[in-house]
Amino acid sequence: MNLSFEFYLVAVVFVFYILISVLRLFLGPTAPDRAVALDTINTLVVASMVGLGAATWETLFIDIAIVYAILSFVTTLYIAKYLEGVKEG
Amino acid sequence: MDESKAFVSTFLLALFVYLFLTLAAGRSMIEGSILWSVEELVLGISIALIVGAVGSSILCRSGNYRMLNPLRWLIILVYCVPLFVEMVKANMDMAYRVITGKIDPGIVRISPKLKTDLGITALANSITLTPGTLTVDVDDETGDLFIHWINVGKNPTKTIAGNFLPWIRRFAE
Amino acid sequence: MIFTAFLYGLLVVSVLFNGLGVIGLHRFPDVYTRLHAATKCTTFGTIFMTFAVMAYSGYMYYTNPDQTEYLNMSLHTLAALVAILITNPTGAHAIARAAHRVGIKPKFASVDHLAKKEGYP
Repeated sequence: MNLSFEFYLVAVVFVFYILISVLRLFLGPTAPDRAVALDTINTLVVASMVGLGAATWETLFIDIAIVYAILSFVTTLYIAKYLEGVKEG
Repeated sequence: MDESKAFVSTFLLALFVYLFLTLAAGRSMIEGSILWSVEELVLGISIALIVGAVGSSILCRSGNYRMLNPLRWLIILVYCVPLFVEMVKANMDMAYRVITGKIDPGIVRISPKLKTDLGITALANSITLTPGTLTVDVDDETGDLFIHWINVGKNPTKTIAGNFLPWIRRFAE
Repeated sequence: MIFTAFLYGLLVVSVLFNGLGVIGLHRFPDVYTRLHAATKCTTFGTIFMTFAVMAYSGYMYYTNPDQTEYLNMSLHTLAALVAILITNPTGAHAIARAAHRVGIKPKFASVDHLAKKEGYP
């Protein structure tokens, strides 16, 4: 059984979703909207990395996905902490 | 006494994570088996010693060691089943709302009366993953949660947290 | 073959729910409802992606028991699943709290108990 092509295809679909989310990153009327779009992009990057890891049989991709998930979480926390100090209206 | 207990529990957690990630990594003492090699074990124990020395004051800040009981970890594993069922329901609900666009949002206050930080965190994360609810803020003194509810209904504490509270009390209190 | 169909099903669910999350990001009116769609749907979709990879590599290990890297990959994917499941709702919670402290009101809200709390704009 070889599903490499299918996993590549799913990763490409996720990249397409990332492009749609980038639109919200640019459009977002307020800063938290942009943070939400960034959070979505991070999750989709993790998902596509896991898919690429299965497509190429490289465990390294999945290790990087774990580290990316944790680092993006820290980034989100710091963005949120920064936003709390900025009054918008 | 307390410091050595914190050190040992952090050491065990770090060692467990290391051994979990290097299980079946292809460097085994017996050719073709899934176990670790001697070098791997020595490296893992030394790294876990360093992590225990550095991280014990951060990980064990509450001074409460009830999570050392393996039964509580087993309950967390069992808890994943009702959580998964709720997540399936949540996503069906979310799909309906994304397609139709029917929303009636509001922020409600619920008082689950949990005492520990772990319990409040577990409940807040579970609530975020279940149908139409999102935790916005926590009242630090009383442990009350503020929930953004996408379709406001009656009796928020029972409707939102009723399914999870018994489970979370079992492993976190 | 039944197992291949099962994997296809997992992948389709993953793509479907990630897509719903991304559509919800554009369809809903304010930051809280967007967070609902983004958090729940993308977490669920990513969980199904990791399920698919775990089932795929677990099956490969089951058919070739001497290739231990398949089992290793399955375990690493389980670790990625746990990381996603813990970090994603917490990040959403942080963004929602920051948005409310900045003073963004939930649109069309019928009740807002948090607005009465001390120290809020």
